Order: sequence, then C-alpha cells, then structure tokens
Amino acid sequence: MAFDFTQETVKAWRRENGRVGVRNHVLILPVDDISNAACEAVANNVKGTMAIPHAYGRLQFGEDLDLHFRTIIGTGANPNVAAVVVIGIEPEWTKIIVDGIAKTGKPVEGFWIEQNGDFETIRKASWKAKEFVHWASELQKEDCPLTDLWVSTKCGESDTTTGLSSCPTVGNMYDKLLPHGLYGVFGETSEITGAEHICEKRAANPEAAEKFMKTWKAYQDDVIEQFKTSDLSDSQPTKGNILGGLSTIEEKALGNLEKIGRTSTYIDVLEPAEAPAKGAGLYFMDTSSAAAECVTLMAAAGYVIHTFPTGQGNVVGNPIVPVIKISGNPRTLRTMAEHIDVDVTGVLTREMTIDQAGDALIEMIKRTANGRYTAAEALGHREFSMTKLYRSA
Amino acid sequence: MIANAHPQLLVHDKADNVGVVVVEGLTAGTEMLCVCTEDNSDFRLTAKADIPIGHKVALKDLSAGDTVIKYGEDIGKMVGGAETGGHVHVHNLKTKRW
Repeated sequence: MAFDFTQETVKAWRRENGRVGVRNHVLILPVDDISNAACEAVANNVKGTMAIPHAYGRLQFGEDLDLHFRTIIGTGANPNVAAVVVIGIEPEWTKIIVDGIAKTGKPVEGFWIEQNGDFETIRKASWKAKEFVHWASELQKEDCPLTDLWVSTKCGESDTTTGLSSCPTVGNMYDKLLPHGLYGVFGETSEITGAEHICEKRAANPEAAEKFMKTWKAYQDDVIEQFKTSDLSDSQPTKGNILGGLSTIEEKALGNLEKIGRTSTYIDVLEPAEAPAKGAGLYFMDTSSAAAECVTLMAAAGYVIHTFPTGQGNVVGNPIVPVIKISGNPRTLRTMAEHIDVDVTGVLTREMTIDQAGDALIEMIKRTANGRYTAAEALGHREFSMTKLYRSA
Repeated sequence: MIANAHPQLLVHDKADNVGVVVVEGLTAGTEMLCVCTEDNSDFRLTAKADIPIGHKVALKDLSAGDTVIKYGEDIGKMVGGAETGGHVHVHNLKTKRW
C-alpha cells in the first residue's frame, strides 16, 4: 500500500508554540548535579512526573557552559514535554533555564536550594509539580499531519547489516517524508570520517557544504590530533563493530551515510543541541557518535521521535523522546528481540525491499506518535547524557 | 546445488571486490548464492573458510597493497592476502586513514 504522505495524520499534542509533541511529560529538571536529589524526591512525591538527573552544571564556562544551558533549556522546551519544574542550587542560573523554557509558552517554574534546604525546596516544588500534572493530564490529543513531526536519526552498534538494511530503511523514510515538510537530522561527526567527501556532496547548498567540512575538520584537528595515542583503530570501529564484521572507519562511515537515503540533502549544519532555523528539511548536527550523547543533543534541539538502526544490538533510550530501533541482523533478532521495534531481516533474505522496509518504519513512526511505547520505553531506557567540551573551572 | 533461494552473501555494488555473509553458521565449502543488491543479479561462490555472519568474503584473489572496494568506494587496503572465497577482516584489511 502506497502512502499519501500529505494526508497521513497522527494523534498528538499541539503545543503553545505550534510544535507537535508525541509524549506528555511533566519534567523535574535539575540545573546542576547537586540538585539531582531534590528533583528525584519531587518525582517520587508526585506520580506522573519524571526527574532527569545528570552529572554536570557547576563551574562550567564559555562554550561548554553555553552547551550545558542549551541542552537543559532545549530538553525542557521539547514538545514532548508539557510542563517543567526546574531546581538548581542557586537562583541565577535557575532563572536562565526557566526563562529559556518559558519562551515556548509552556508552564515552567523554578526553585533553588540555597537558603531553603532540600526539605523546603522539595515541599514547594512538589506542590507546583502536582498542579502541573493535573493540568497536563487533561490536555487532549488532536489530529496533526505526520509530516509536522521532527524525526532524528543516529545508528549504533553498527555492523555490515546496518549498511545493507536498517540504515537504508531510515534513508528511504527520509527520502519519502522530507519533501512533505518533515524535519530530519543526522550527525556523528567522527563516524563520517572516511566518507566526508561523499557527505560534503550531499549538502543542499555551497554554504552547508563548507560549514560541514569546517566542522568535520575542526573535529579532526581539535579532538583527534590532540588526544589520539596511536590511531583510532581501537575505538573506531568499536569492538562491537568489529565483531559484527566492520573492518575500517571508511566502511563504517559509508554504511552510516545510508541513513540519508538516495535523494535527501542537508540544508544546514547545527551546533550540538542547536534548534534548526532554516525551515523543514534535513540538517547535519555536530555530535559525538556515542549513542546516548547524540540522542540527548538531538532531543534538546527539538526532535520528538528518534529512529535508531542497530546491527549488533544497541539498547539506548531517552527520557523524553521515543527511540525506535530498527535491525536487519537475524542473530540480533534471535538473541535480543526485546529491544527491536522494526524487524527488517527480510531485506537480507531478499523477501523485503528497501521501499517496503521504509514503509514499515513510517508505519512504526505513526504508531509511536499515536502512543505505542517503543522497546526502549517499555524496558525503562532513559539515558540522558550531557556532552561536555572541556574541564570545568 | 542450493535448496532455498535465500542468499548467503550480499554485494552492494558491481564494482565491489568483497561481499557480506548474511546467514549464521556459514561453513567452509558452502557454495553460496550471492546477490548484488544494486541490480539483483546473482552468482555462485564457494566459501573457503567458516565465516561469521556480517563478515566479508573476497570475490577475487586479493593481495597486500590492493584496495578493497565496497559500496563502490575505497574502504581501505589489504595488509595480507585473501584468496577468492576467503575471509577479509581486520587481520588482512586496514584503513588508509591512520
């Protein structure tokens, strides 16, 4: 059955700023690591809320602090989040987070621990969290165009089957949906190495191509050249990749790039966690290739569903964004089926075409948007990993 | 002859000199059905080793210094030999980058 993508709708939440969310979380968001305990206490007091503890937020400065703020604000601002209680150690940085999230128009309130203590902070924040839960739980879903969704991608525990099946499945989905108004994003700067010349050619305009090559080269010069001990052969490809049959970074990169399909081109290059600002279409984001860090950055940029091809079986999830796992490796489907949402093993047996696999993924995106829990959600995978650029002061 | 029509080996591009094993438990001596995904053409090749799922097989004799082609692109150089139907992986294939 062929889809008419302009007519496809999902039942989802239309937020105050017009964006479409597919989950309805009330977050208890720490500004910094030492506010985690208070946030977890509030989430324990008030059911239907979720705390997102993390490891950073103190004595960061410069670009690293900007990224921290962008990630926390972006997480709270994501359309999958209905309302946010923010807790920090002191009022000033707490206010920066609250004001950033408030620009979306959604309910948000901040609390701080200095001169209140955990007890008083938890008491006040719990009252506000309970008010938010009552409000959010009565919000109704409405019919929204499928292509109003923002769908991100990153693959993990790749092997040679991802390049043959699950990555081109995502590429096929993008080739079909991006022309109708979908926002997409791919990243993994280090894993483009070996295919950067091909990625450069997939830019929609010379500015995007130039920005991509600058970003890729900066990663080589600032990170790889500075910190490498011999070469990257011990970590790229990873040990899991090598077990799966990938031998070189070039081979891995070529499989990775299958995720952007045959016809899709990227219109801009984003900083980590930066929201796209040039309209509908595909973007490249400068990210690590580590699964949880990359998905966290894309969620903070506003993407509401993540498509995740895996070969050897990566189990990553995210607290606010459903992560759809796609695999074509029959051994992985045999040994760890509980983690896989879309089975494309038929591509390897030649019983399923890439076109059919792409349709199967679009169907799963619709079902996920309509409320189906992904495998990662059902199994409680809520990995929230902040990207840190350098040591704190 | 091969009883079922499921391929044991897939090749991305006509220009490739390696293919990928897509079944578990492939043993030496198996006459593999090989399919090129680019145009669905097929051919037969005998595996010269027990090769795990996902690992690569040489489609022609390869020796040290040869460029390995997959997806129609350069994925590195041989640092050891592999006969036609032999195993190609990190023991005989290395990136040209580092």
